[in-house]
Amino acid sequence: MFRNVAELVELAESQNIQISEVMIRQEMEVKQLTREEVVGQMEKNLDVMEKAIEDGLKGVKSHSGLTGGDAVLIQNYMKNHTPLSGNLLMDAVSKAVATNEVNAAMGTICATPTAGSAGCVPGTLFAVKNQLNPTREQMVRYLFTSGAFGFVVANNASISGAAGGCQAEVGSAAGMAAAAIVEMAGGTPSQSAEAMAITLKNMLGLICDPVAGLVEVPCVKRNAMGASNAVVAADMALAGVTSRIPCDEVIDAMYKVGQRMPSAFRETAQGGLAATPTGRELEAKVYGISLKKE
Amino acid sequence: MKYRSVFDIIGPVMIGPSSSHTAGAARIGRAARHLFGREPKYAHVHLYGSFAKTYKGHGTDVAIIGGLLDYETFDERIGQALETARKNGMKIRFHEEEAHTDHPNTARLKIGDDDGELELVGISIGGGKAEITELNGFDLNLSGSHPAILLIHNDRYGAIASATAILAKNEINIGRMEVSRKAQGEQALMVIEMDQNIDDTVLSELERADHIIQVAKISE
Repeated sequence: MFRNVAELVELAESQNIQISEVMIRQEMEVKQLTREEVVGQMEKNLDVMEKAIEDGLKGVKSHSGLTGGDAVLIQNYMKNHTPLSGNLLMDAVSKAVATNEVNAAMGTICATPTAGSAGCVPGTLFAVKNQLNPTREQMVRYLFTSGAFGFVVANNASISGAAGGCQAEVGSAAGMAAAAIVEMAGGTPSQSAEAMAITLKNMLGLICDPVAGLVEVPCVKRNAMGASNAVVAADMALAGVTSRIPCDEVIDAMYKVGQRMPSAFRETAQGGLAATPTGRELEAKVYGISLKKE
Repeated sequence: MKYRSVFDIIGPVMIGPSSSHTAGAARIGRAARHLFGREPKYAHVHLYGSFAKTYKGHGTDVAIIGGLLDYETFDERIGQALETARKNGMKIRFHEEEAHTDHPNTARLKIGDDDGELELVGISIGGGKAEITELNGFDLNLSGSHPAILLIHNDRYGAIASATAILAKNEINIGRMEVSRKAQGEQALMVIEMDQNIDDTVLSELERADHIIQVAKISE
């Protein structure tokens, strides 16, 4: 069983296989399942992700009324304009947003690695799909590669906003997505690790400050930024750019930053955007209570 | 390692909005339901840390009660769990606790009916994964990633041997085992994680074994 990114890359390189293949084989071993069973279960997750994006792009609204409809706005903008940041990037953004809007509306999603950060991996996957034209099998592999990197973060650091801030959720998700894009685009296992490192470095220190305690504001838009961060980092890694700080050390740094984060910034709705005057007003409105005097 | 499966990371498929606060909470409720063995008539739910601060908006309340109704994380009935439980006659109370706990997402469930009561503490560690850290006053460490059985027994010589002998006879391999007791000679708890699920005939055989008081199963 691989314990860190260095071991994961080493396993892939020494056997001349992809990261996704390392993850599939480990899962078969750990759970004593056949390849068909392991791959089949991931295909179902892929179906859930595709359906969530479809639903989100039709337009949804959360019960609180704080989020919904932005994915549609972005898609419409793409139809009528040439996005400054490019079509692929905005497509990824809209699909990440679509997923998280469905999540906020209590729809069905696949947590990747969590529900609040469920947009980055499928958002990038279904945007990159239009350019790389992967087979269904390659799309499933994308999820195994994401999972392999998330597995390392979850075991050595944290994927919980309450424990480690949003860097542990959207940060991890974005890093996972970046690594998977690299593999799908034909990059090497070590380039996947570089992309993960570059992405996570740029997410360090990200607090978890949900307005009214809900994973809506700012979470939905943070998934959009996580998705774009992932695409950019993947391109950088594919170009041959490396991270000066090795991926495992970045993950460790992320964990330590999270541990030192005050609890106000760890999903308690006590700090950051949640504690702004407007954040407090929205909170009072959502729960139908009068505004507490600070 | 806390996480053993890729599907802990890419998954679970769940009803939004929060894997820690909704899916993890549902799993804590469902673990309590399985340990209790039936739908309880009352449920006191004590919420700590982030659970206490944000449970309403995240549906933690409906998720825990959904778990007590034996719903899975992706069960669309979770949204109506409170109404359903009340319709079934379950008395429900939520308590927002101020006390500091080791983990920010902690819930203490006291559930029961005329025939018995169960108290359990669960933590939601992220990504929809939950651990049970306390059962009826016993500290325990149950990851939920393996099928497990819990045996409440009297602290007497031979109690452990009688349980493990039954498992051996049925060709069930023990992956991890933990024994804790409140005091010497009093009630004790065995936690046994196994490689495979066991069927009800083995469970009832265990129930009849020497010094065993109660047996509960947690499926993967």
